[in-house]
Amino acid sequence: MKVTLKVWRQKDKNDEGRFVDYAADEVSPDMSFLEMLDVVNVGLVKKGEIPIAFDHDCREGICGSCGMMINGRAHGPGRGIATCQLHMRSFQDGDEIVVEPWRAQAFPVIKDLMVDRTALDRIMQAGGYTSAKTGGVPDGNAILVPKPAADEAFDAAACIGCGACVAICPNSSAMLFVAAKVSQLSILPQGQAEREARVENMIAQMDEELFGGCSNTYACEAECPKGISVRHIGRLNHELLRAKL
Amino acid sequence: MNGIIAFYNSTVGRKIVMSLTGLFICLFLIEHLIGNLLLLLQDGGASFNAYAEFLTTNPYAYLPLRIIELFLFFTIIVHAWSGITVWLKNRRARPVKYNTYGIAENAKFASRWMFGTALLILLFLIIHLKEFFFEMRFGEGNHNGYEIAHQTFANPYYSGFYIFAFIVLGFHLYHGFQSAFQTLGLRTKKYISLIEAVAVIFWFIIPLGFAMIPIYILLHPYSMALAK
Repeated sequence: MKVTLKVWRQKDKNDEGRFVDYAADEVSPDMSFLEMLDVVNVGLVKKGEIPIAFDHDCREGICGSCGMMINGRAHGPGRGIATCQLHMRSFQDGDEIVVEPWRAQAFPVIKDLMVDRTALDRIMQAGGYTSAKTGGVPDGNAILVPKPAADEAFDAAACIGCGACVAICPNSSAMLFVAAKVSQLSILPQGQAEREARVENMIAQMDEELFGGCSNTYACEAECPKGISVRHIGRLNHELLRAKL
Repeated sequence: MNGIIAFYNSTVGRKIVMSLTGLFICLFLIEHLIGNLLLLLQDGGASFNAYAEFLTTNPYAYLPLRIIELFLFFTIIVHAWSGITVWLKNRRARPVKYNTYGIAENAKFASRWMFGTALLILLFLIIHLKEFFFEMRFGEGNHNGYEIAHQTFANPYYSGFYIFAFIVLGFHLYHGFQSAFQTLGLRTKKYISLIEAVAVIFWFIIPLGFAMIPIYILLHPYSMALAK
């Protein structure tokens, strides 16, 4: 199949950036979107041009690095997938595909489709951890965790920090990310020690990074490759109120 | 005090303030609609005007009602100011826009147009307060609310504007009511269906109730004269 790509090219942080059209003429419908970009890049290298820069690592939907906006959708069309899990059969022969980097004040573009997501790391450093005693390994059954709590915490822990929630949010809000992290630890007994400080500090850091606020459009839940529910945002809000009161 | 300011300045804190003020305004809508439905009685305005008089002149109710009234104005101003500032902050969070942005495939219309519907409601509120509240409370001329309402709504353009405003209000509350509970952390699995059921009262039944008044008066242009 053949597709036309309209890709955002930007030399570095200070470059203005622009869309450049590329023809991808030998695309297999079984290729992943990233493999298709690899083929386009090989062509560019052969012509002596600079290949399109994009983040990628595991290529199996668990690292969260292959974030890009494809035809206005975070990680492209489809639900519950990262860009590496998007297959070219999701498109029609002859389609024009617009590829852009995540757009947010907090995610400055490094080059082409790569953005700097360290703002999410700084939010984690502000409170996304638990205190643990040093010493011998505790007995496996010493800390009891009810099954529903374990399941709920595990659902939140599925967050891979890809930034799709920020990318699709009309407010570039990181609420779903912060909510998943706060929710995961607030449900578990291990997270109780820093429970109040964690939610206050992580929200303060989120604001400092210039992410927007949540207006409950629930677009993040729809676009999250791990299907993290917005009920974690509800729990985040509840945790903040609980900490303040 | 510093704690309160810091809370209000955080994005989540400001949204919590917006949800509480929004829900208080929702409570007021119930009271306002019940009172207004008296306009539909064919009694020449006796019931409605007695209700209006109670609100403004009853000596026992005077002080509590004035306090509630001032608090209502305060909550409306806080709700509006918070909304405007949150909107501005959210705009700044994405300085470079997308070329292609598929938000419509992921979020409902009402949730994406809260600021737009809010501006229309604000415009409506200004016109509404000028036409009724200030006229009846402080105006030089007619203080008979029943007559003012029937005269005003006899104008189809004016009535049309009101009906449009209530449709807009319905959209605003379709998102706003459940969103308030989400912001307060109460929209949990356990309560989600209850919240959505109660929300129907606020986004559908109440705006419909308000819209019925201009519709009824338009359909019965001589109801006031007949009642006399």
